[in-house]
Amino acid sequence: MSKDQELLETLATSEYEYGFSTDIETEILPPGLNEDTIRFISAKKNEPEWLLEYRLKALKRFHEMEKPDWQNFDFPEMDFQAISYYAAPKKKQLNSLDEVDPELLETFAKLGISLDEQKMLSGVAVDVVFDSVSVTTTFKEKLAEIGVIFCSFGEAVQEHPELVKKYLGTVVPIGDNLFAALNAAVFSDGSFAYIPKGVRCPMELSTYFRINAMNSGQFERTLVIADEGSYVSYLEGCTAPMRDENQLHAAVVELIALDDAEIKYSTVQNWYPGDKDGKGGVYNFVTKRGICKGNNSKISWTQVETGSSITWKYPSVILKGDNSSGEFYSVALTRNRQIADTGTKMIHLGKNTKSRIISKGISAGFSHNSYRGLVSIHSNATNSRNFTQCDSLLIGDRCGAHTFPYIEGKNSTSIVEHEATTSKIGEDQVFYLNQRGIDSEKAVALIVNGYAREVLNKLPMEFAVEAQKLLAISLDGSVG
Amino acid sequence: MLNINNLHSSIEGKEILKGINLKVNAGEIHAIMGPNGSGKSTLASVLAGKEEYEVGEGEVLLDGKDLLDMAPEDRAREGLFLAFQYPIEIPGVSNINFLKTALSEIRAYRGLPELTSKEFLTLLKDKQELVELKSSLVNRSLNEGFSGGEKKRNEILQLAMLDPKLAILDETDSGLDIDALRIVASGVNKLRNENNAFVIITHYQRLLEYIVPDFVHILYDGRIIKSGTKELALELEEKGYDWITQHETGIV
Repeated sequence: MSKDQELLETLATSEYEYGFSTDIETEILPPGLNEDTIRFISAKKNEPEWLLEYRLKALKRFHEMEKPDWQNFDFPEMDFQAISYYAAPKKKQLNSLDEVDPELLETFAKLGISLDEQKMLSGVAVDVVFDSVSVTTTFKEKLAEIGVIFCSFGEAVQEHPELVKKYLGTVVPIGDNLFAALNAAVFSDGSFAYIPKGVRCPMELSTYFRINAMNSGQFERTLVIADEGSYVSYLEGCTAPMRDENQLHAAVVELIALDDAEIKYSTVQNWYPGDKDGKGGVYNFVTKRGICKGNNSKISWTQVETGSSITWKYPSVILKGDNSSGEFYSVALTRNRQIADTGTKMIHLGKNTKSRIISKGISAGFSHNSYRGLVSIHSNATNSRNFTQCDSLLIGDRCGAHTFPYIEGKNSTSIVEHEATTSKIGEDQVFYLNQRGIDSEKAVALIVNGYAREVLNKLPMEFAVEAQKLLAISLDGSVG
Repeated sequence: MLNINNLHSSIEGKEILKGINLKVNAGEIHAIMGPNGSGKSTLASVLAGKEEYEVGEGEVLLDGKDLLDMAPEDRAREGLFLAFQYPIEIPGVSNINFLKTALSEIRAYRGLPELTSKEFLTLLKDKQELVELKSSLVNRSLNEGFSGGEKKRNEILQLAMLDPKLAILDETDSGLDIDALRIVASGVNKLRNENNAFVIITHYQRLLEYIVPDFVHILYDGRIIKSGTKELALELEEKGYDWITQHETGIV
């Protein structure tokens, strides 16, 4: 058997490390989606009338909408009535970590997330969303001292309704797409961050998402607002138990950067990818979009996507302010029967706007990995620039890599560049490393990490180490 | 140290090595010369364990251990090093990270503790001077964008770092200018000692002016048809490969 074939045959066998489920008392709404579901969620969260109306409007839109049909895979059958739209660990309203269910703490310990205040000195503030509710937010007080608001979405609605009302749905309108509409109708929690004028957020803000309950979906909403001249770096991680049924994750993330503000948003996505035959796994249908609303503002997306049976997401930037810039750095790794259709949209509206897209796809097994991107230069966007580079790396010969770059140029002073490469992990490369005493498994991990280096370098230090490990784990057992 | 007995090997059904016999003792330098297509590089690849080559019969022992039974990485860990004729580029993997990984794998196999970063860097600086490799190249991606000469010197740097028992240099001299050749040769001369051995595969006698071999073997059509001392290389240089091939037909 050639090395390539061996790579291929055994790629399927590696296990999902976070596949355990937590036996915890959960309050769960029976499956089904109708106005009553929405009213239940809204009442449960003690929401103001305007938000309930927002949700109901979204539900109406959702019912009117069709599934998207342009992606590079067949949409799976989804029965939206079979999903439970609200699941929460019982005993919420925690005042301190001592009140958190020990089972829950153990879960997060297993996931390597420390909620222990002692260890919190690592300088990352964490908001944890377990199924539908935010369980804990750390460092809240310390951040509040400098005016940074970092809390669960639910809390933001109660305590800062004016901010939520002002910005919610302004970047991703309720009718944007089917899943955004669904999210707007049923979102149960998520994270909220507001960085006031001129403040450089001194620590990384981090949200950790976990789906636990069976037959439940996760529909979180994240809203990050960087006021004039502020800076924030935001991290997001996610896992789910191994279950034979597919679970739906339909999140919406909205970022708003005002004049001279900068938002850096990093994601390490490791939802359960399903087993080697493609059974189970999370459907990850996510809408992420930021707007560089002010002049000289900047939004940067970095993502490492290794999980989910299907990933459908296009973190995008609307470059409205003059001299604003948008970046998208992505590594997407698919194996077994995984499908990833991911990329970005850079919408250049303002003058002298810049965007940069670096996408690295890695496909193994029978998986399919597509880059889909749109660079749109509008007529007022004089002297705008885009640089796009999308590379694909193939492991084995039964996987697919696809690239769908769209470019719309309506301004003759602007420049758009596009580069693309496709390569295979060469047997020569693996052999070369073997000859230096490195086994094939480590060799492949080394090559893959090298290939993804440019993107991994964009992640905050601690996250980069995690991502690097994750890429190695995801390819673990890839060679016999 | 190395014992090759009646080694046969073929690729895609075509027999390339037709019964190689070679014995290399510690402290020795052997040169293997031969015309294009005689099987020189095949021999190097088979010893290192490249997949495409099938071994028909014969055995190869490294310090008494059956080499052919081992995975390529274990052969390396046992102390076999191949300096590649065409070193491979690995984008994004820094030379230094690669060297550190390789060294710790080999040390772990031998039950040695991992070097501390400080020890590693000191060692690297030492060895780097040996091959006169610019330190900027150590931080660059492995072989990516290196000139031909830099790649070959980088092979010798790896050799110096990994300190193998037996090093095979596969046409390391090809594509080197005279200065690079001298640097490579002086590196090898500094690295040789009574505990290690070198097998130098080359087409030309040129390299052997700088690295003086104890034995010279001529490989032709998959067999070693003549062995001698360094004078054999000179004779070959003078008379050309035609001499040896006619000589060979004469014998047959």
